[in-house]
Order: sequence, then C-alpha cells, then structure tokens
Amino acid sequence: MNKTHDNRAWFFVLPVVALVAFNAIIPLMTVVNYSVQETFGDNVFFWAGVTWFEQVLQSQRFHNALGRQLIFTFTILAIEIPLGVAIALAMPRKGPWVPVCLVLMALPLLIPWNVVGAMWNIFALPDIGLLGRSLNALGFNYNFTRQPGDAWFTLILMDVWHWTSLVVLLAYAGLVSIPDAYYQAARIDGASSFAIFRYIQLPKMKRVLTIAVLLRFMDSFMIYTELSVLTGGGPGNATTLLSIDLVKIALGQFDLGPAAAMSLIYFLIILLLSWVFYTLMMRNEQQ
Amino acid sequence: MSLELRRVSLRVGAETHIHPTDLVCEPGSFNVLLGTTLAGKTTLMKLMAGLERPTSGEVHFGGRDVTGVSVRNRNVSMVYQQFINYPNMSVYENIASPLKVARLPDDEIKRRVGTFAELLRLTPMLGRRPSELSGGQQQRTAMARALVKDADLVLLDEPLANLDFKLREELRDELPRLFANRDCIVVYATTEPVEALLFGGHTACLFEGRVVQFGPTGEVYRSPLDLTSAQVFSDPPINTAQVTKAGGDFRLADGGSFPVPAGHAGLADGAYTLGVRPHHVSPAPEGAQPVAIEGDVLVTELSGSESIIHFTFHERTWVSQAHGIHPFEVGTRQRLYADMSKALVFDGAGRRIAGQSTT
Repeated sequence: MNKTHDNRAWFFVLPVVALVAFNAIIPLMTVVNYSVQETFGDNVFFWAGVTWFEQVLQSQRFHNALGRQLIFTFTILAIEIPLGVAIALAMPRKGPWVPVCLVLMALPLLIPWNVVGAMWNIFALPDIGLLGRSLNALGFNYNFTRQPGDAWFTLILMDVWHWTSLVVLLAYAGLVSIPDAYYQAARIDGASSFAIFRYIQLPKMKRVLTIAVLLRFMDSFMIYTELSVLTGGGPGNATTLLSIDLVKIALGQFDLGPAAAMSLIYFLIILLLSWVFYTLMMRNEQQ
Repeated sequence: MSLELRRVSLRVGAETHIHPTDLVCEPGSFNVLLGTTLAGKTTLMKLMAGLERPTSGEVHFGGRDVTGVSVRNRNVSMVYQQFINYPNMSVYENIASPLKVARLPDDEIKRRVGTFAELLRLTPMLGRRPSELSGGQQQRTAMARALVKDADLVLLDEPLANLDFKLREELRDELPRLFANRDCIVVYATTEPVEALLFGGHTACLFEGRVVQFGPTGEVYRSPLDLTSAQVFSDPPINTAQVTKAGGDFRLADGGSFPVPAGHAGLADGAYTLGVRPHHVSPAPEGAQPVAIEGDVLVTELSGSESIIHFTFHERTWVSQAHGIHPFEVGTRQRLYADMSKALVFDGAGRRIAGQSTT
C-alpha cells in the first residue's frame, strides 16, 4: 500500500492545537512558571527552585486539607456507588414509569452548582431551614454553621443528593443493556436473586461503574462551588478541602508561588489516583 | 415423562401471542418447532418451560399439572440463540453452575463437567472466560451447561442461528448424538426446514401463533394438512398456482391447460390451488408429468452444483431448484418444466385434499 504523505494535514490539526494551547497548556505553563519562582510584583521574578514544593509538601495545613479531602471523597464514594446501584436495581425496566423515574433522577443534575449550595444552606439553617428546624424540633442539637460534625453531615448529604443520580443513570444504562435471556437462563438454573446480581448484573455493569467511580472521584476531589456556598470551608477549617484551601492561599493571601506548587501537586494526586482506580477496576478485563 | 399442552394460549393485552394449542411430546422424543421469526416459537417454549404463565389452558408434565409452577421448581434447561454464559466465570464454573445450585458433591460435579466438556470438545478451554472463546465454543459451553444437569425438558431456541455456516454444520451433526442416550424431551426451535428434516423426530409447523400441524417430521413434510403448513415447511418457498378443474384438465388463468395428474382424477370440478415444491421445477423435463411453463427470470442464484432460479409465473414469484448450472439472464423469458404429478392440491379453504410429495 502506498501512503500519501501530505503536510497540509497539519493545517487541519492547527485549530485544535491552538485551542488546547490557549485554554490548557498556556495557563498550565503559567502555573508552572509561578511554582518555581518568587515574585514581589511588577513582573520581577527570582528563581526559587523546588522551595515551594518542599514548603507545601511539609506544611501541616496541606496535610490536613488533603486528609479531609480523602475522607470526604471516600465517604461519598462509599455511599453514592452502592446507593446508586441499589436505586438503579429498584427502578422499573419497562412501562410508563420509566420516563418519570428517569426525569426525577436527572433533576438534581440540572440545577446549577451554586444554586445547590444556596438551596442546602437555606434548607439546613437551624433557625429557619426546613431540615435544620426539623432536626432541632426532633431533639437533635443541630447547627451546621457552628458544629464541625453537623457541617460534615450536611456537606455529605448535599453531595449524595446532588450526585447519586449520576451513578443511578449510569448503572441503569448498564442494567437495561442486559438481554432478558440472561435472567431467564439464571431462573432456569435456579439462581437466587443475589446470585443474579453477583454473577450477571454486577459483571455486566462493571464498565459503566468504572466510569461512575472515576467521574465521582475526580469531581468530588475538585468540589468547590457547592461547598464554598454551603460552609465556605467552616466552621473554622473543619470543611476546608483542597480546593477551598487553594483559593484561600492564592486569592486570600496572594501567595502565588506556594499556590502554584499546590495546584500542580493537587493535579498530580488526581491523575495518580484516577490511574490507580482505573488499573484496579480494569485488571480482570486484561487477564 | 411426557409433556402435554392442553388448550394453552397466551394473550398480552389485546394481542394474542399463542392461540389455544394442544401438543403432546413423548418421553425421549426430539421435537422441532418450525416457523418464521415471530411465529411464536420462543413464546411456546417459554410456556413449556414455565417462564411464562399461560392465559388459559394447562401444562402437564409426567401426568402432573405444572401450570403456574415456577421454572425454578421444574427440571428444565434451555439454550438460546444468543450465547448466554456467566461472563466472569470460567468455562468450568459455567458448566458446573447448575450442579452447584443443586448442591451436588464436588467430585460428582467434577466428573460430570469433565464428561460433558469432553463430549463437546471443550476440555482445553475449561480455564478460560467466555469472552476469550469463539462463538462456536461459547455456544458449546451454553449447551454443556444445559446438558450437564440431566433436565427432563431441554429447550433449544435457534441455538445454531448465530453461528457461521461451517460451525452450524458441525454442531448440527453433533446434536442428535448428544441426545441419543437420554430420555429427556428435546424441543428445538428453528426457522430452517432443512434442520427439521435433518433431525427427524416430530415437527410442529407454527404460523402466527398457531400450531398448524404436528406429527412425525417426514409425514408433516410429505403430507401437509394445508397450504400454510406446506409454506412453513418449504425452503425455497413452495410455488403456488390457481387452477380450475374442468373435466380431465386443469386450466390456468391465461387459458393454458394440462391434463389432471393420474392420482387426482376423482376430484370434483372447481377451483383449486396447486403447490409445487421448487425441486420439482427444472429447466429440462423431469418426472412423470412435466408441464412446460414460461416465466420471466428475476434472479438466478448459482451454487456449486445447483441453480435456484426465481421467475414470475402468472403474477406470482416461482422458484426452481435445479441440478446443474443454468446461468439464465435476468429479464429473459425461459421455458421450465413443473412435474405436476408431484403437485399438492389444495381446496378453496387451503386444505390439502390430494397429492403427496414423495421426496
């Protein structure tokens, strides 16, 4: 076979290269630039080497924020994935209720993120919010603006409310793609409903669940908008996750060097953990 | 144990999927359900298995009324057109799964899986996952799973339809052997008349949710009760022509006529439909009473040793399945010969009243 070599092809790639450069590579290089230099304004820079990276990696504040971030992410994954699968299993596969269920499930995903934060903030206020007042009326001493435990409870409840739907929709898509014959075959074998779940539904949902875990992992690791409206990282630093901390350092204290170094570390952590997740979940596929 | 359907029907909403059906499958018999797609073969099988509950009628098994008894509590196994296996189990575990559910001792499971893996030539693949097998191996795994548990009723729903030609031929030859020494009832659904003829046993012709005829395969083929049954059990499709009997002649609509074949002399005068199987139509005169007919060639399919010629005859599409290569040009007018001594004669209501295909 003769392949035609034509350098004009590069022109077709150029717009994409320009776009990616403009919205990803150039900003990223700016961050890299800041992360290895010290500046006192007026565009005067001094070489700082890896000082900022060392400072961030050794700072107790970063460790605490990372710790909170990991607790938050793994808590919501542990709740949203099983809950999403359970809801998807309970949803009807056919009939007039299917579109109703799907629309109800999709609703939380259609609400702008800052509105979700504002909604839950008002909903949870201990004096006027429906949730806050109800809990207090039931005898719980609930105040998410003062008590760290209550703030965490509200934050996790909000995230579960907002994002479980995504897991449900993905898991449901996986479920409806299983041909009826599989269920019949299992019934003929005399398999229990747990066995059907374990040996038919779960393996058939594996790919979509991998995507669900990855999406929820990345998104929850980067959560900012809803959190900043709901608690703003408080009370104290109780719910200050990585993104909130980063914004405080970069825009609150204007420590551009450490903030840039932290951004890169933050980015690498997400990349690394996503890779680990993906490899673990896809391990059996390659065997 | 015999399987008996008594006036079994299935309606879903306003639609009738299966009209009231009577059917008796004898112990140890091989039964073919023959019909086109959507004729109701799969639905009838589900009713037999207990996967569907009939709207009316009763299902008896071994003399016991099992209508409404869940499939879990019946000893049934089934193979589907799609290759259905547990995706994350090895071939061994797949075949062993019904035995594990039945709580058989481990060494007994091992022995039985070994036997059937050997029989279906799966022994080298026992450690693999279904996704690592070819289509034929996947389907053989599904078959091993269905056979291993010694079911009283084995349902095979077009098991060979998704396989490529060569594998289909291969498994077709193996199938009767697999059931040779068993006393289970086998029900095999297919769209292909060739398969029914190949397996022998009994055949039920299905058309639009009705069993139009059920009996020993050869008999159903040679003596169809009516035109529908003959149409279901003919591939290529059976040729038909409207004729009027007047005295000693059958007259065609265009005025052509030929003498009534010897066997049908006793028929009353009137309108009839003749059915001529494609292999009784050929470019050269053959048989006891070749009648010349002229038609416009629509298409000619040539295979190694035979030609399938589609042509129009009296505004109907006729097919000739002839020995040898006859490369007729499309659109040309050709003279062919139909052996009318082999014609089936149907009355106005479609019932066969005379004629038998001897071959």
